[in-house]
Order: sequence, then structure tokens, then C-alpha cells
Amino acid sequence: MAELVCMTVFESDPEERAVLENVAAMLEEFEKQRGNLIPILQAIQDKHSYLCGGAMEMVANHLDVALGEVYGVATFYNQFRFHPPGRHQIKVCLGTACHVAGGDIILENFERKLGIKDGETTPDREYSVERVACVGCCALAPVAVINDTVEGHIKPSRVEGIFVQFQVEREREEREEAERESSE
Amino acid sequence: MVKLIVDGKEIKADEGRSVLQSCIENGMFIPNMCFIKKRQHPPASCRLCFVEIDGFDPPVTSCTEEVREGLVIRTDTAAVRRLQRTAFKLLMSAHHCEPKHCPVKGNCQLIRIAKHLNVGLTPKPLELLERDVEEEVDFAFFTYYPFRCVLCGKCVYICRQINGHNLLTFANRGFDTVIAFFGSGDPARFPCHRCGACASICPTGALVRKPECKRASGVTP
Repeated sequence: MAELVCMTVFESDPEERAVLENVAAMLEEFEKQRGNLIPILQAIQDKHSYLCGGAMEMVANHLDVALGEVYGVATFYNQFRFHPPGRHQIKVCLGTACHVAGGDIILENFERKLGIKDGETTPDREYSVERVACVGCCALAPVAVINDTVEGHIKPSRVEGIFVQFQVEREREEREEAERESSE
Repeated sequence: MVKLIVDGKEIKADEGRSVLQSCIENGMFIPNMCFIKKRQHPPASCRLCFVEIDGFDPPVTSCTEEVREGLVIRTDTAAVRRLQRTAFKLLMSAHHCEPKHCPVKGNCQLIRIAKHLNVGLTPKPLELLERDVEEEVDFAFFTYYPFRCVLCGKCVYICRQINGHNLLTFANRGFDTVIAFFGSGDPARFPCHRCGACASICPTGALVRKPECKRASGVTP
């Protein structure tokens, strides 16, 4: 879940500043009506793949609604995320069948392995973990979707295996790159 | 003025008032948690103020019913009590009652309702709800205790009424729902310095004004 901070502090990192500049331009296309709140949030997320505190503050000012109202709506819907997605996206299904089959244990395994909560991203932006309601293959419960690959009947031991796989992949990429460089 | 009969007693009430408010003003207690006088659209979310009205089949929430001439109301039927006790147990499954540490001294609405319904302050036979929320949350001017909060929403409403742009809001959804505090800009310019209405209206001691803020403003919660 989103980190519910008391006050939004404008972070002055260049990435967020660029996002905010773009959001300011986007806002001008929307009329100042309360009903536009969700469409605006969706447009921002479509473009930047997450909502940052500064952007939500700008939306609140644009529509002249309380900042809390924007946060209330954004945290209510699962659709909105508050952290940029990682390079590898891990989605753990917690629909009815997966819940019964222990999907929450799988989610906990991912969270513990990466040291983050669901909805968050690792500081190096490599991995993000989120929970989803149902991915539509309940016969394979419990299910996790890793970068669009469905992992069915997933066991806690498999979680470790997935990361080993990523590690091997990364090492191979590095090796190939090194070989390319040396051959040039 | 209209006349209505509550539990066999005739009472007078102003037109346009809710049944709940009229009963309370006539000294007849009906359990309630989320009710605020003069509120335009009562949320009827606590599900405690049920009564039976002749002409309606199932019990109805008295905060959403306007008084009318000749209404015959009963507040203590078996069906009403059953609904109220269940609703109360569900509230108590989220409200961890700790009398020793509770800032609400003496005048606790939950204790009053428990006595009225003749039930204990535990959720038994229901289980205590285990929520994945923090023990204490810092709201700059207040301290928020999610395990005491029953999400009646009075603080959010009163904050919006008084300050226009409310600083308090509901956040998240379902079991994860909590009250959250969002202010933008300089905290020195927040209305909370002099307001404190949310902490005063909180019936469960979930929102407590920080001692240093109390002194600065001179408002006692």
C-alpha cells in the first residue's frame, strides 16, 4: 500500500521535476471539474506509469479540491501506483482460488526476499511487487505473473529459483556485452 | 411540531428532524456512532441506530428517517437488538478496548452502547480483527491510533465543514481503510493550530491532540 505520509515534500530530483513539468502541461487540457479527478490521475499514470506526490498536489490545486481527497481516491483504487514500476514486474495473484491455495504466502516470500512491500519498487528499480485480483487461470493456483510469464502452482522454493534465473540472465548479458566490447 | 409514539410514549418533535435526533432530544437513547446533528446526508454507516417503524417491514436506521405525524416507533424489539448487537460486535472487533490507556475517560459512547445493549466490550464470539496497520501514526498536530478507530467518519466530515479543504480523509480500502492526514504547504499555516474539532468529536479516542499543540492554542479537546 501507499506510504501515507503526513505532508508531501517536493523532492528536487531531476526526474520528478521533469514529470511535474509534463503534468503541468497535461492539466491544461482538462476542465476544472471535480469529475475530472479520476481521468486526470489515469492520464498521468498512463504517461508516467506512477503518481508522485508532487503531481497529486498539482492535481488538487488545478481542480481546487483538498489534497486529501486526491489521495483518498488514488489509494482507494488498486489501479493507481505510487512507485515507479521496476524493470522486472512481479504480480502475485490473490484472487479467491489463489488466496485459498496460499497466494499470500507467495507474496510474503517475494516481499521478504526483496525487502519491500506490495506496491513498492526496490531502490535500484530492478523489481516491483504488486498484488492482483485474478489473472484468469485459477486451475494453476497459486499463480504469479513475472514479466508477462505466468508461473503456475508456484511454491515458496520457486521464488528463490526465479531470482536465480534473473541473476543468471543478468550475468549472461554482462558477459556478452564484455565480449562485444573486446571484439570491437 | 409533529407527534409520534416511541415505545408507547408520545413525544413531540420539530418537523424535518430525524427520528434519531428527536428521540435523543426527548431523553430516549438510541445507540449511534456516526450521527452528527444538522448533517445533510447521514451516512448511516455505524448500523447501530436501528428502530422498527409501523409500516416498514424490516428495521430501519433512525438517522435517515424523518419524523412524520403519527409514526409509531419501537426501539427495543428482538429484531432491532439482534442487528444492533451484531453491528456493535463488528465495531468492537476493530476497536481494541484498553481502558487503562484510553484517553476517553468516563464518557465513552461505546461503553454506554454496550450497557444499553447488555453486551460486553469484547467482540466475542467474533474474532478480533487483525489489521496490517501501524499502532500510532503521527498527524503533525495529532496522534492517530488506528486500532481505536471505528471509521465513523465524523472527523473527516467536521474537518470539511469547518475548513473547506479537509485535511483529514479516508485512505485505502476495505480492512486497510484508515484515516489519513494531508496538508500541503507550510504547516504553520494549517488551520489545525486553532481548530482541533476532529479530536474533540472523535468518540473513541483514536485522534488525540498532541500536548504541545493543546498548550499553544488553548483549546481543550
